[in-house]
Amino acid sequence: MLPDDFRAGVRAALPSILGLIPFGLVAGIAAVNAGLSPLQAVGLSAVVFAGAAQLAAIDLLARDASLAVVVVTAIVINLRMAMYSASIAPYFESFRRRWGLACSYLLTDVSYALSIAEFTDDQSTDRRWYYLGVAGAIWAVWQLTTVAGALLGTGIPESWGVSFAVPLVFLALLVDDVSDRPRLVAALVGGSVAVVGAGWPLNLGLLGGALAGVVAGVVVDGRGGSDA
Amino acid sequence: MTTTYGPLVVWAVVGVVGVATFAIRYSFVYLFGRIDGVPPWIEEALRFVPAAVLAALVAPAVVDPGPTLAATVLDDRLLAGAVAAAVAWYTENMFATIAVGLLALWAVGAAM
Repeated sequence: MLPDDFRAGVRAALPSILGLIPFGLVAGIAAVNAGLSPLQAVGLSAVVFAGAAQLAAIDLLARDASLAVVVVTAIVINLRMAMYSASIAPYFESFRRRWGLACSYLLTDVSYALSIAEFTDDQSTDRRWYYLGVAGAIWAVWQLTTVAGALLGTGIPESWGVSFAVPLVFLALLVDDVSDRPRLVAALVGGSVAVVGAGWPLNLGLLGGALAGVVAGVVVDGRGGSDA
Repeated sequence: MTTTYGPLVVWAVVGVVGVATFAIRYSFVYLFGRIDGVPPWIEEALRFVPAAVLAALVAPAVVDPGPTLAATVLDDRLLAGAVAAAVAWYTENMFATIAVGLLALWAVGAAM
């Protein structure tokens, strides 16, 4: 019998899982369409377990970008998790080492956001079980949908334009993230530089856009802060 | 487009990105107690990473600068992307965003 807090965690994760299903399918489909084997597609989900970074790596591999750009881009996309790691670390402090390792591997945007909200709201929650409920449910759905996508992938004709689903996933994540003016500026600057730099060698337009966007966000945020 | 990299190279990318991603996730869980969290300026910069990176990924996929402004704006991917962005904004639903975006691309392609 699973503890109540584990089941509460699974329940909390359910709404976001509805959004995760198409995302995971796209990750599997895009991987095999990029020339990865179904096993590599599933391996990517199991080893990396970070959707946006996976899709970016797949996209760049398909375009034969340099390997340094593939790896650096995926890492830059995942740098935000350092923030989650720092924020949730105090709550993991009492866990045994192996649980600390497992919970870190399972750390995602959604598992972080849902768990930190619960941990700060309710001190009596069994944190390990609740977190494992949230993060375990997300992990299982991500793996299953990637497998399904990888198996479906090659059967979907190119003319359906399903490859356009990849930027649409990024777009949905972007719109969700742009919650204030500095983030909007970061997105506008990052996107503009990336468009201008679309023809630059080594896909440097992507990294240049990301860097310019972050700098613009910090600058605008600093100005807003001093005005207030 | 499919990659010309061989299977071993792809597995190496999977391994390197996987190890680096785990290191990022575990970093402060491991370090906690040794240092007092992330320096504020890093935390400030990290807040803007998702918006900047995602926009840099999306924009070149939907904006294809043409010889004239009209040719740039009246592009099927840009129009479909604009429709999808509106759906994402109002519904906050990834499934709806993908479905409407793909349908819009198909409809605009048929109309133009």
